[in-house]
Amino acid sequence: MFPFIFEWEWDMAHYVFMGGLYYALGIVSLGVAYVVAKALIQTDQGHGHGDGHGEEHR
Amino acid sequence: MDITARIPQSVSRIGDALTPRFLVDADKALWPKGCERAPLWMFGMWLGPWLFLAAWGGIAAILCWGLALNQTNMNDYYGFAIWIWADLAVIALGGGAFFSGFLRYVAGKDKLKNIINYAVLIGFICYSSALLILGIDVGQPLRGWFIFWHANVHSMLTEVAFCLTCYFIVLTIEYAPLVLENRQLDRVPLFHKISHNFHEIMAVFAATGAFLSFFHQGSLGGVAGVLFGRPFAYREHIFIWPYTFFLFTWSAAAYGPCFTLLCTRIIEGITGKRLVSNDVYHLLGKIAGWMILTYFIAKTWDTVYWAMNTAPERGFHWREFYSDNAFYGVWILVVELLLGGIVPALLLVFKKTRENMFWLTVAVVLGVIGVSVNRWAMVLQVMAAPVMPFDQWALYYPSWQEVATTLLPVAYGVILISLSYRYLPVFPQERELGAGKAS
Amino acid sequence: MSGGKEHVEIPYQTKFGMVINLDKCTGCGACMVACMAENNVPVRYDESDKLRSITWMRVYKLTNGKPFPETDVCWLPRPCMHCEGNPAHGFSPCVSVCPAVATDYSRQTGIVSQIYTRCFGCRYCMGACPYKARYFNWWDPKWPDGMKQYLSPDVSCRMRGIVEKCSFCFHRYQRAMDKSFYQASQGGREDTRLLEEEYQTACAQACPAGAITFGDLLNPEHTVYKLIHATYKDKAFRILEKTLGTRPKVYYVSSKDWVEAAADNHTKKVAKAAPGGH
Repeated sequence: MFPFIFEWEWDMAHYVFMGGLYYALGIVSLGVAYVVAKALIQTDQGHGHGDGHGEEHR
Repeated sequence: MDITARIPQSVSRIGDALTPRFLVDADKALWPKGCERAPLWMFGMWLGPWLFLAAWGGIAAILCWGLALNQTNMNDYYGFAIWIWADLAVIALGGGAFFSGFLRYVAGKDKLKNIINYAVLIGFICYSSALLILGIDVGQPLRGWFIFWHANVHSMLTEVAFCLTCYFIVLTIEYAPLVLENRQLDRVPLFHKISHNFHEIMAVFAATGAFLSFFHQGSLGGVAGVLFGRPFAYREHIFIWPYTFFLFTWSAAAYGPCFTLLCTRIIEGITGKRLVSNDVYHLLGKIAGWMILTYFIAKTWDTVYWAMNTAPERGFHWREFYSDNAFYGVWILVVELLLGGIVPALLLVFKKTRENMFWLTVAVVLGVIGVSVNRWAMVLQVMAAPVMPFDQWALYYPSWQEVATTLLPVAYGVILISLSYRYLPVFPQERELGAGKAS
Repeated sequence: MSGGKEHVEIPYQTKFGMVINLDKCTGCGACMVACMAENNVPVRYDESDKLRSITWMRVYKLTNGKPFPETDVCWLPRPCMHCEGNPAHGFSPCVSVCPAVATDYSRQTGIVSQIYTRCFGCRYCMGACPYKARYFNWWDPKWPDGMKQYLSPDVSCRMRGIVEKCSFCFHRYQRAMDKSFYQASQGGREDTRLLEEEYQTACAQACPAGAITFGDLLNPEHTVYKLIHATYKDKAFRILEKTLGTRPKVYYVSSKDWVEAAADNHTKKVAKAAPGGH
């Protein structure tokens, strides 16, 4: 899974497989970080309700 | 068939009288705004049997963990059995989440916003169940992390484990905003903002989920397709992927929405309410119909090619795999390809039958059966058929522990859907369509 | 996965394998008993459920399926075949599928290993093996009273929930190589290449009829090499080799045509299992 584990080999199979994995994980974690950070900033700045996708807006 | 309407008034009065007032108030405060729900005592009675079933499954799981897999009826010929079938089946049926998400957020089928929450919920249940089953199925669960740490990137099972886990994370992210939209949680500004922001970039998660699903659904097919020592499962390859890789992804995208629609029909039947408008049924049904039809063509071609080329090259006449006993007879092909393939495909493709709720329901039920039978054959029949000429067929039936742990996800699913429906705004059209009946 | 890096560079290659003469096999089962004793294979109080008993070496009973007086029977010992498979696709059916590299193919010896402490019991390898040579530990290992005293200290006992299989008595190879390296370092031998008698499996030694021959398939001085390349040239066959391409390293020899035909699948079957195998 990581280059420091002894089975790791710098070959095409590892580039493709682990590349895809870390790419997906990167997008997901960056997305979550963005959402939470933005929400924290907005809450800190005092934006309250009214612009959300709550049930009443559907 | 509204259940609440069938309860005699005297029973209702007793139930209401026995429920503490503060519990009723607390419960009611959690309901989605403007939606009616069944009385708390009735909800408790509904959950009771499912909790019992879950407890039974839980005990069986603990036995399997505590006393080892000798609690099952698996053996050295049947290393994969009912659990792995259930695992593959729920993952295929849960495919409605990724495909609906893809259609809604990436392909822009906006109408599906009315069913996407439920599709995500079903997907979340299916995938968490699959992970639970795998946790019970492996002989040394505490070493489960080896599959990540010491990953063999050439093994299809490694790809399954990675993509399955990653996609479960994505499903959790897709389900989380729905939880945060609970009437009380939504009052917390931070939670409200988080769920709002999640919705804003949901397309990113949906696209990532579709990418991951393509690979894990496919690699589940690859798990069987790469077995060059098992001619029943083995398929020719395109690049590094056997045909089953593509067929599994395709079938999950085709049949997953069928399961979503079936579950919607069931919950509408139980609550006695219309929760999703007909046009959503028709749109998803139409897409599923065309997907099943194209899948049927591809699967038929694959089966014929396998029967005419792959199996004979490996010394087998295709009928040998279906001829030893009635349990693994040709009926499997008939159910899978005809009853669960072309029949639901045509029912969903033609507007007249698709827009008739009876035939639509028949089609999605047949579809669910069809894909489940396919997964059954690709797991159990692979194990049952001997390869050495002097070896014998093996038959197997599950132990009660296996049955109980297989039913555990069903109970868990019903409980989570019940709780989600009661407390979360799962169906955006509920108020618009609803007659406001209790459920 | 091609596996871990070789830590010791050895300037020659070996490929261990077997030749089993089915004309000599009497079906006595001594190979099975020797294998179990040598490799600390656990036994159960009730061994009648053969689908759950562990037999690294299993003797099959084959019949030509013809009625008396043309009935013919053959006993066929089946260890792990240590398939070479296709090196480009991860070697044997089992090695290529193991998700955690708990089974590996040694390019140095040609032996398919099983790493007991790595295996987490997914059983994918069992599903992949067409020879059914892999066994799962459905129970914790147990031995009858006093039998623990007889366990081999060279072979680790396996815990429940993992897969095990024939290792070609790999501990004997390790022991022989230790000795060989030591002797070479002391100037007692030219190189570390093993002589035939220095590394033999328990089953080969136990067979009273001498049906099993074990050695290095690449070493012209070893009997297995001579049997395959001279004595039984073009007559030794391997199970499922022609149709599946698993490239096993266990060769069989039989004077009966129907036995050789039974080694592979054909649209017309020539042999079937008979009750009474071990």
